[in-house]
Formats: sequence, structure tokens, C-alpha cells
Amino acid sequence: MSQPDITPVIEFRNVSYRIDGDASRELLHDLNLEVHRGETLVLLGRSGSGKTTTLKLINRLLTPSEGELRVEARPTRDWDVIRLRRMIGYVIQEVGLFPHFTVERNIGLVPKLANWPANRISERVHELLQLVGLDPETASRYPRELSGGQRQRVGVARALAADPPILLMDEPFGALDPITRAELQREFLGLQKRLRKTVVFVTHDLREALLIGTRIALMEAGRLTTVQTPEEFLTSTQPLAAAYKDAFGASFETRRERGHS
Amino acid sequence: MNTLQFMLQNHTEVLELTLEHLWLVGVSTLLAVLVGIPLGILITRWPTLNKPVLGGANIIQTIPSLALFGFLLPAPWIAARADRLAMLALALYALLPLIRNTYAGIKGVDRAVVEAGRGMGMTDRQLLFQVELPLALGVIIAGVRVATVISVGLATIAAAIGAGGLGEYIFRGLAMVNNQVILAGAIPAAAMALLADVSLGWLEKRLSPH
Repeated sequence: MSQPDITPVIEFRNVSYRIDGDASRELLHDLNLEVHRGETLVLLGRSGSGKTTTLKLINRLLTPSEGELRVEARPTRDWDVIRLRRMIGYVIQEVGLFPHFTVERNIGLVPKLANWPANRISERVHELLQLVGLDPETASRYPRELSGGQRQRVGVARALAADPPILLMDEPFGALDPITRAELQREFLGLQKRLRKTVVFVTHDLREALLIGTRIALMEAGRLTTVQTPEEFLTSTQPLAAAYKDAFGASFETRRERGHS
Repeated sequence: MNTLQFMLQNHTEVLELTLEHLWLVGVSTLLAVLVGIPLGILITRWPTLNKPVLGGANIIQTIPSLALFGFLLPAPWIAARADRLAMLALALYALLPLIRNTYAGIKGVDRAVVEAGRGMGMTDRQLLFQVELPLALGVIIAGVRVATVISVGLATIAAAIGAGGLGEYIFRGLAMVNNQVILAGAIPAAAMALLADVSLGWLEKRLSPH
């Protein structure tokens, strides 16, 4: 391995976010957080804890009301927003596939926007279909003809299309049935082992967080509580972490135990 | 049967008035589409314009048609010819359904889809033309359909200011107290409205995203 890169890929410095700058509607308070190259940082917390807000600040769907957020050492407000977003893959729970595009056009969207030649796009699409475990003939189908799990696979393929170094995933497996979810989680781990993207992954599911994350950032009411590795989290006596473990019962598995360290 | 006989006897005139009617409706609807759809898009981008634009179109719609023809009389160039005047008035009436449906169609596009597009780095223009407009097309065509059907009906009144069209027969029949003549205008106008409704309805269905 080459020299470890110590500059954080994403860095929050005292970031607060308020809706329309209204102090009574603060969604995020004084967040300090670093995401390092190649890690999978999980933002764990209940609904309304500020996880999604944190994510949307990274690709500048939202801009900080206070503080500074750096991506690749450059403040997001200095980035050309379109360039910034095209180097960040984005996967959301609702998938958000374009219903009037075939799977092929959905996956090939960002390369097309970046003016790749048609044959290279088509090649890439088929490569990605294979990568996310979809049949090549899925390419010509429309999102409505796919199952939930297939759709989310397409969503992941679409986010990976232009090989972005950063991946933001907002409860990507949240709407799937437990068996499909477990399947996609496993595949994600295998994928991540090969691709080594910098991933920020939002979930409210502790099992998923422990399984997927290299570090877990626990959030509550717009504040970051702790950042710990899954192993640390399991032995943590921090009250909120303990409450989480209680709520989810006894047995957990971390990615290290799965052999994906 | 008498109405049919009348129409057959005067078939050249019936045809002429029908074409005139079609021309009035066609040009005015086209004008309204060219103004209404961009206005509808505009108010999705600048929400502050939303109320004044929709409010304005709403107010126009409440003006009785004869009065609107009257209001437009002082307009230069437009009022020089009755058909121009009629077309402008009809276009103004058609604006509301077009603006409203364009706006509602775009706003009705699944938020997750729009957010995904924006998050992937689509520019506003790309988002509009590749995602929002295609997905809103069915609703927009529904607006065109409503506007066209309204126009076909309203255009009969244009005869009152001498703009021609099938209203000629209706007004003539009213003056003569002759139902056949009234019906010779009303039946083709109704047929035209039905035809527009059915064909645009078909188009609406075809262009609606699954």
C-alpha cells in the first residue's frame, strides 16, 4: 500500500445548519467530523437527528449556516457545485430512478452528462450491471418493471457510474425486505472491499451500522455524540450508545468478524 | 333532418365557417401555449411570481367574454381586425389552464427523482428538460386539452364582434328565431370540441409517464 493519505476527504468544521437561518429551527449544531479516504463512516441516529442534513451538506444540496465544510480540502462553497456533485455518488432510500429512462439510461446518466462517447457509456453500464449483480438484459427495462432490490441495485450502479471517489448513501437499504437487505449489505461490503470508496452511510439500524461501518458517528438531536469503531461501540458505556444496544437486543456482528476489515 | 338539409344546402358556407373557427381556435391556442407553458415553468423557478401570475390569469378568466372583447377594442393593431381581437381574447382565456397545469405538472414530479438528479450534478436546465418536463408532459397536455375545448366554445362568441366562425350561424339563427340555423353552428362546434377532447386525451395518455 502507498503512503496513507492523512488529509481528510470530508471535513466538517463547526458546522451548523438552520432552516432559512432561523435559530429556532436548527437541524445541526456545531458539527466537527472528519471522513478519511477509503473508510465507511456510518451516521447513526434516529429520525430527525440530523443524519440526512449532514449528508446533504456534503454534496451541497444544503449549505452550512455557520462553519465550514471541506471536500478534498476545499470549502464546498468554493466548489463549482456541479463539479462537486459529479465526483460524489448519491444513493437515497427512495432510489429516485428516472421512471421514463431505461435502466441503461439511468445508470449512464452521469457519464452522459460528462459527455462520454456512447460506446464507452454502454460498456460501463454493462460492467456496472455485473458489478451490482444484475442480469445484462435488465439494461433495456424500465424501473417500474424491477423489484425493490433490483431498483436499489440500479441506484447503486448509477451512483458508481462515473467512478466518483466519494459515495453518499442515505438509508439505501431501508425500504427493502430483511432478506434482500441482508443480501445487499453483504454485496456492499464485497464491493467496498474492492472499490475502496470514501463512503458516508446514513442509517438508523444499529445492526447495519455495525456491519457496514469502519467508524460509527452517533447523532442525536442535531448533535454528534460520539465517533467510535464498531468494536468500541459494542463495549461503549456512553449512555446513548448503550440505549441503542438495549433497543436492538443481544447479538451483533461487525465487519471485522465478517472478515471485511 | 331539417338542420341536416340546411347544412347540406349551405355546405360551402358551413365548411368555410368551420375552417374559420378552427383557425381562430388553432392560432389562439398556439399563442397561449407559447406564453402559458414558459410562464408555468417560470413560476416553478421563481416562486415569488407564483401568486401574481396565477392570480392574473385567474382574473382574466373571470371577465365575461363579451366584456373582454370590448376591453380589447382600444388596442392598436390588434383591434384593427376582428379576428386578431378574437384570437387575443381566446388566448388570454386559455392561459390559466396552461400555466396552472404546467406548474402543477412540474411540481408533481416525484421529489426523490428531482433530488437524485440534482444530487448527481444535473444543472437546472438539464433537470428541467430531461426530467421535469418529460415527466410533466401528460399533465401539461391535459392543460392544452382543457384550453382547446374552452376555446372552441368561446370562439362562437367571437362572431358577435364580426370575427366569423361558427358563431355566425348561432347569432344569425338567434336573430331569425330559427333553430335549424342555430344548430347548424352549434353542432359542428360541439363536434369540434369533442374531437379535440378525444384526440388530445389520447395524446395525454400516450405521453404520460407510465
